[in-house]
Amino acid sequence: MTTKKTLSHLDWLEAEAIHILREVAGQCSNPVLLFSGGKDSLCIVRLAEKAFRPGRFPFPLMHIDTGHNYKEVLGFRDRRVKDMGERLIVRSLEDSMERGTIVLKHPDEPRNKHQSVTLLEAIEEHGFDCCIGGARRDEEKARAKERIMSFRDEFGQWDPKNQRPELWNLYNARSHKGENIRAFPISNWTEMDVWQYIERENLELPSIYYSHERDVIIRNGDIIPANVKLANGEVINKPKDGEEIVKKQVRFRTVGDITCTAPVYSDADTTSKIVIETATTTITERGATRLDDQTSEASMELRKKEGYF
Amino acid sequence: MSNNMQNIELKENSLLRFMTCGSVDDGKSTLIGRLLFDSKTILTDTLTNISNTSKKRGMETVDLSLLTDGLQAEREQGITIDVAYRYFATGTRKYIIADAPGHEQYTRNMVTAASTANLAIILIDARKGVLTQTRRHSYLAHLVGIPHIIVAVNKMDLVDYSQDDYDKICADYMSFAKEIGLAGARDIQFLPMSALNGDMLVDRLDNMAWYKGDSLLELLEKAPVAHAEAEEAFRFPVQFVCRPHASVDAKLHDFRGFMGRVESGEVSVGDAVTVLPNGYESKVKAIQIGDEQLQTAPTEQSVTLLLEDEIDTSRGDMIVKSSDLPQTVKQIDAFVCWLSETPLSPARTYIVRHTARESKAKIVAIQYKVDVNTLEKQQTNDLKMNDIARVSFKLAQPLMVDSYTTNRATGAFIVIDESTNNTVGAGMIV
Repeated sequence: MTTKKTLSHLDWLEAEAIHILREVAGQCSNPVLLFSGGKDSLCIVRLAEKAFRPGRFPFPLMHIDTGHNYKEVLGFRDRRVKDMGERLIVRSLEDSMERGTIVLKHPDEPRNKHQSVTLLEAIEEHGFDCCIGGARRDEEKARAKERIMSFRDEFGQWDPKNQRPELWNLYNARSHKGENIRAFPISNWTEMDVWQYIERENLELPSIYYSHERDVIIRNGDIIPANVKLANGEVINKPKDGEEIVKKQVRFRTVGDITCTAPVYSDADTTSKIVIETATTTITERGATRLDDQTSEASMELRKKEGYF
Repeated sequence: MSNNMQNIELKENSLLRFMTCGSVDDGKSTLIGRLLFDSKTILTDTLTNISNTSKKRGMETVDLSLLTDGLQAEREQGITIDVAYRYFATGTRKYIIADAPGHEQYTRNMVTAASTANLAIILIDARKGVLTQTRRHSYLAHLVGIPHIIVAVNKMDLVDYSQDDYDKICADYMSFAKEIGLAGARDIQFLPMSALNGDMLVDRLDNMAWYKGDSLLELLEKAPVAHAEAEEAFRFPVQFVCRPHASVDAKLHDFRGFMGRVESGEVSVGDAVTVLPNGYESKVKAIQIGDEQLQTAPTEQSVTLLLEDEIDTSRGDMIVKSSDLPQTVKQIDAFVCWLSETPLSPARTYIVRHTARESKAKIVAIQYKVDVNTLEKQQTNDLKMNDIARVSFKLAQPLMVDSYTTNRATGAFIVIDESTNNTVGAGMIV
């Protein structure tokens, strides 16, 4: 058997993601990269640097801010954007709420599912024909059949029965005006691959990904971060009557809207400890940390159909 | 769970993409479920989910096949309608499984799954032997050029683990494989197993002591990951040209980087190259990934190439070694799998996307279509979804091609319907 040189799994995943990013740049006229400052999107900007440096990114970055983001993550997001010298667009759910296009059932309703509205408004405002996102197929079973270039109609809807076949590495990112492509360069990555890549590339992450002591409330078995102070000074996740605040050693496996992402108990305070923890965990990333996916077996599929990522 | 699956994956591994061919009745979902389960890819909350679902559906044991039926629409119909991708890893390898439904009407899904696979597991029900669908799966795996085939004779528990039955099925399969030219052209391995019990998947168990070959996981761990083991010609389609001339950094004013992926072969600094279709010649000055400098880039690496000479090059051009050029053509002959519910209309103009290049294309002739069950050639004037036919196209723009059998990257193309922008066909150049 010949000993032909082949790429290691991380090199292969990296090469595939770079290829996808360049296809977006080559095929789409006005793409945007969704960037939250979370670990998956930090991997993607690293990949974009490898894909396009010494040039500028051929797309701006955009964050859909629910207004309930950790200030550590927002601060990190802004610092990283500044270091890269790229352009960041921020659109906020609260603006959509003011416009009346998002109506919360009650003030504490989780905002994650409403992100679709603000995202679609921003797509229309800027005329984006493609949004690059950090979704992975291993995250959730509705994503296992997701294309790398996923087609959305004028209403931003994902129709699982009407997706373009995707063969070889010949991606079809064509769209008519008003339609939209969602491109997922790290589709084939698992949570483990992401952490191994972060370790290999020595990527810096927001501090809350690492083990830290935090005030939490234990509510129905979930760990709820307590009294979180937002960037605007507002405090959310206050304890309800009779609830007790306890100090726990935790970290976030996934970082999103504060009201619907829970931390996990962990002593892992370095990337390499997290890699080991990820290799030995017994709960999926979403199962452990996403309070909004647990409501129904098909909840992710339903949200995706409405234009969610 | 065996020991080799308990290793913690901490180092960089190789990566193998494979597909499974078979229908629900062959135990395909059970096979995948078990690979995921035994490799600890299934975590407890997912397991709780599927065991609840199993109970809801009145089953007594956890149905591992539930792991692989994804969408609500499919669950309602109790069938799989699309290719799903699954992941697992051992201590040495990461695997990507393309899970395609095997029914006749899903030829297009099989072709889709096969297009990125380097190995196919073809499932045969030990009670039924080589069936029409086995032939179909094998023909398609062969057509799409999957280099390694594992014929897994499943449900051995239902034939009392009979070696005679197994041997007969292997012999039947081989005589058919010779007929279609699969034997010889591809690496074919056989194994007996029971996905339900787990015999010969990850663990060998005791029921088939007569079988001395490798278990399924051992076969997967040993399979070569490269698509082609022979040396291939260097092919580098230019995806994007980087010219940061407006940069504040004066050193970058003359920077001109050709960005793309080494689709086949390899390239080193100093190599004499030709840029097609114009035919300009130059030498490779540097190879970069971001700010990292490489001496050589192997197959599948995404890099930026800098050339010695200033050459006007744009997306869709192809950089190749001057010593080994592809053909530059304006007419192609290809096997086409039609993917769309809207039949091919021979009068229309389509778009062909080949590497990073597009061209308008017209149908010159549909020479024949292949019955995927009998492999007979039939005369036809139209192509419907799931049909496979030999078609000639003429092109508005030249393409730089190799035959699909010599080079998967420069032999493959997709057909796009300009009115809907849908991908309607998949082609393999003869």
